[in-house]
Amino acid sequence: MAEEILTLDKVCKAYNVGTPVETEVLHDIDLALRRSEFLALMGPSGSGKSTLLNIIGLLDRPTSGHLYINGHDTSALGEAELTRLRSHSIGFVFQYHYLISAFTALENVMMPMLVDQGFPTPNVEGRAAKLMEQVGLTSVANNLALNMSGGQQQRVAVARSLAMHPDLVLADEPTGNLDTKSADGVFELMRQVNQQNGTTFLIVTHNMALARRCDRIIELVDGRIHAAGKA
Amino acid sequence: MNRWMPFEWIAAIRFLKEGRMQTMFITTGIAIGVAVIVFMSAMLAGLQANFIKRVLTSQPQIQLLAPDEVARPLRRGAKEVEAPTIQRPTQRTLSIDQWPKIRDQMQAMPEVTVVSPTVSGSALAVRGDASRAITIIGMDPAVYFKIVRLPDYIVAGEPRVTSDDIIVGTELAKDLGATVGDKLNVEAASGASRVLTITGIVDLGNKGANQRSTYVALRTAQSLLNLIGGVTTIDLTVQDIYAAETLAQQIQASIPVEADSWIKTNAQFFTAVQAQKTTNTLIRLFVGLSVAFGIAAVLVVSVIQRSKDIGILRAMGTSRGQILRIFLIQGGLLGLLGSLFGSAMGAAALVFWHNYARQVDGSELFPLILDRTLFIASAVLATTTGVAAAMAPALRAANLDPVVAIRG
Repeated sequence: MAEEILTLDKVCKAYNVGTPVETEVLHDIDLALRRSEFLALMGPSGSGKSTLLNIIGLLDRPTSGHLYINGHDTSALGEAELTRLRSHSIGFVFQYHYLISAFTALENVMMPMLVDQGFPTPNVEGRAAKLMEQVGLTSVANNLALNMSGGQQQRVAVARSLAMHPDLVLADEPTGNLDTKSADGVFELMRQVNQQNGTTFLIVTHNMALARRCDRIIELVDGRIHAAGKA
Repeated sequence: MNRWMPFEWIAAIRFLKEGRMQTMFITTGIAIGVAVIVFMSAMLAGLQANFIKRVLTSQPQIQLLAPDEVARPLRRGAKEVEAPTIQRPTQRTLSIDQWPKIRDQMQAMPEVTVVSPTVSGSALAVRGDASRAITIIGMDPAVYFKIVRLPDYIVAGEPRVTSDDIIVGTELAKDLGATVGDKLNVEAASGASRVLTITGIVDLGNKGANQRSTYVALRTAQSLLNLIGGVTTIDLTVQDIYAAETLAQQIQASIPVEADSWIKTNAQFFTAVQAQKTTNTLIRLFVGLSVAFGIAAVLVVSVIQRSKDIGILRAMGTSRGQILRIFLIQGGLLGLLGSLFGSAMGAAALVFWHNYARQVDGSELFPLILDRTLFIASAVLATTTGVAAAMAPALRAANLDPVVAIRG
């Protein structure tokens, strides 16, 4: 069995803790993500998918429980260490692609490396160009981010998520805002990257047809893992 | 992207470029503020320099005089006064005691730049049937002209003062119907009189002074006023004109003379200069504050508009410090950009106003002083103000929760 790159151990998340309106969104989540897996996370609206994704992405902290990345417990890490770990281990693709409009497509892909290294070195630019080639967008690399179609923007977002060679890419409804053809193209691109690079993908989706093409489906209902099994 | 430019600078410049309308408006606002500061400061400095030049080149900055003569009460014994009324004695024209020694002491002081012993007193100028009361100022032109720039005020003749020469004011020359080369009979109260030749006529810029003032050689005045070997005043100029009063008090405390500074003798003028300075400082302060609030307002809006960008940058691993710097740099750049345009606008307005605004006689209202330090100071101040004003929005951006920011 492939090694576990991320493990959740009895993770709970509650908001407004200690107040009369305390709301527990996640309850005792136990989950392991293995290297090279391609997973779908499904569940109805309000089931806690985004919250779970934020915790896995180190954007949010659990109220209780532990999150291990490559065997290291993250609960004791400070803000700066979490930020560094996030930039090196995890890539993000969001539903509304969220490219930074002031930069070109290529520069958006360079961004995580630029943030990490401080300067736009030739290596940074080279790596970004290679990723643009991989997602088939070399011809529009110098377009401003918003001067591209939704599908192209999402492909740029996928390229950007891969910039730092992450072990894990978290995609929050990456095809939710695209037409069927573009959605299929983006999904195939992620699948291809997963197979070529061995990057683990966790994809939040409402599309059962796409979910069935994943290795495993995790279903979240009312903040609990309802089912996790082979697609 | 420039390979040598750090990420924070790249992001800051791109954000400013992208919001070019906002950037243009706030830069114009800052530029107008800086232009007002540059224009007001340079014009007031010019006006002030003009006033000070006029006042301080026609009179000494500190004048040492013999102390007033006072009557001492006659006493019969302790606490017992002989005379019930003590009358103030009349003030004779007296020489300063030990003046060469005091002059040497003054010359040795680092704060003092020029020392000129002078003799002054009143006399009568007679020409034909006309006579006028005059003030004779006897001096050594080599040093006195460094204090009172008589050569600059000469309207006829030359600033030559040998033992038989006299320089007179324009009004006196007119009253006596005299011109350069004419002779004047000068009679002092002591009974001494001399016939002197007019070598120069000066316009001191004040009718009263032009009616009374006459300048002769030191020895001529000494003999006319019966003060052979003596001087009535020692005139000084100092390094720091605004420290003149403090220095005068120090001198008066250490030497038995009365020391009057230009600040004391021109109290009203000095108050006006101080008021001008205070007004200028207040204008700068309020313009600076409005510039700061303008920058802060624009950046607060920018933080709100860019909250998703900030969120995604944070998700990518951008630290709070990096986000903070991106917005501080934007504030600094806005301040710097505004100050550069503002300095140019202020300088242009100053040149225009200098050429347009004239005094009644057609001479310039104020000298055009385009001091490089003023522009550098404005740029530094505006940039610092920009960075300071950006602090609150930058902190807000740095403290944005990426989850909330991305969710919007």
